[in-house]
Amino acid sequence: MFFKPSLFRHPEFRVGVMDALGAAPGLAAWALMTGVAMVNSGLSTFESLLMGLIVFAGSSQLAAIPLIAAGAPAWVVLATGWCVNLRFVVFSAHMRPYLMHLPLRERLLTGYLLTDLSYVQFTRRYPQHGNSPEQLQAQQAYLAGNCGLSWASWESFTVLGIVLAGLIPASWGLGFAGILALLGVLLSLASSPLRWVSAGVAGAAAVAAFALPFKLNILVAIAAAVAMSLMLEAAHRAKNTRVESAP
Amino acid sequence: MNAETDLWTVLVILGLTVITVLTRSLFFLSSRPWQLPGWMQRGLQYAPIAALAAVIVPELVMTQGEFIHSWQDARLFAALAGTAWFLTHKTQRQAVLGTIVVGMLVYLPLHLLLGW
Repeated sequence: MFFKPSLFRHPEFRVGVMDALGAAPGLAAWALMTGVAMVNSGLSTFESLLMGLIVFAGSSQLAAIPLIAAGAPAWVVLATGWCVNLRFVVFSAHMRPYLMHLPLRERLLTGYLLTDLSYVQFTRRYPQHGNSPEQLQAQQAYLAGNCGLSWASWESFTVLGIVLAGLIPASWGLGFAGILALLGVLLSLASSPLRWVSAGVAGAAAVAAFALPFKLNILVAIAAAVAMSLMLEAAHRAKNTRVESAP
Repeated sequence: MNAETDLWTVLVILGLTVITVLTRSLFFLSSRPWQLPGWMQRGLQYAPIAALAAVIVPELVMTQGEFIHSWQDARLFAALAGTAWFLTHKTQRQAVLGTIVVGMLVYLPLHLLLGW
C-alpha cells in the first residue's frame, strides 16, 4: 500500500501525516524508552534492533522483555504477546469493511502497520467506510500517510534508544510522553456524551480489573464500555420513540 | 550491556512479529463475505476511545498494580495540564502536540526536582 505514488500524491496522504505528526513526539519518547528498556533488560544489541524493527508493538514488547530476561518458556512469552495484543483483534473487526477490497498481502501489511494511534485517528476521520473507489482510495492514502509516519518515527527512535541506552536512565520517565500523546488523541475523540461515558467506564474497569494476567483488563474494559454505551443508546432511543408517539 | 545473541531469543522475536501481524489482521484474513451484526457495528464506534482510556487511566492512577496513595504525583498534574491545554486549544490543528508538550513541561520538573 505504501509503494503506490498515487497514494503519496493524494491530498489525504498529507492529512494522515499531519495527524500522526501531532502525536509523534509522544510516540518518539515512548519508542526511545522501549529501546532503552530492551538493552537494559539484557537483550543483545542485535536482538534489541531486531525486536524494535520487526515486532513493532510497544506494549507487547514491554511485556515480553522481562519474560525473555527471566528465561520463561517461549509459549508463555508468545501467549503474553497475543493477549496484550487482543485489543487489535477488536480493531481488525472494525477495519474489515475499509480494507476488504485490497489483496490479502496488502491487508496483512496494513494490519501490521496499524497501531492504536493510527487506528483511532483513522476511524475518527472516517466514521464510515468508503463506498466508491474514490472514497476507498482517499482512505488508503490517509492510512499510508498516518501509518508511514508513525512507523518511521517509532523505528528511528527505537534505534536511538538502543544506541543511547547507557545515557538515558528510565527514572527520568520520558516514556510518559507516550501516555500524554494517547491522552491528547482520546480527548480529540470525546465528541459526544456517550463517548465520554465510554471512556469513563473503560478507565474505571481497566483499573478494577488490573489484577487480570496478560493485560486482559484492557479487553474487559473495552467490552464493558461498549456494552454500557449500547445500553444507554438503546434506552435513549426508546425514550425518544415514546416522546414521538405520544399524542 | 553487551549480552550475547542466542537463537532461542531470535525465534521468540520472530514469533512475536507473527503475533503482531495475526492479531492486527485477524478479521480480515479471510475474504469470504461476512458482516458484523448491526449492534456490533454500532458498538464499535465506542471502542477506540474505550481502548485508549483503558490503556491510559491505569498508567495515571496506579503504581506497580496499586492505586496511588498520594496526590503528590507528577502524572496527575501533567495529565490535568495537558487536558486543560487541549480543551482550550482543541480547534487548533496541533492540539495533541500541545497536550504532550505542556504535559511534559509540568511532569519533568515535578518528577525530577521534587521526586513526585
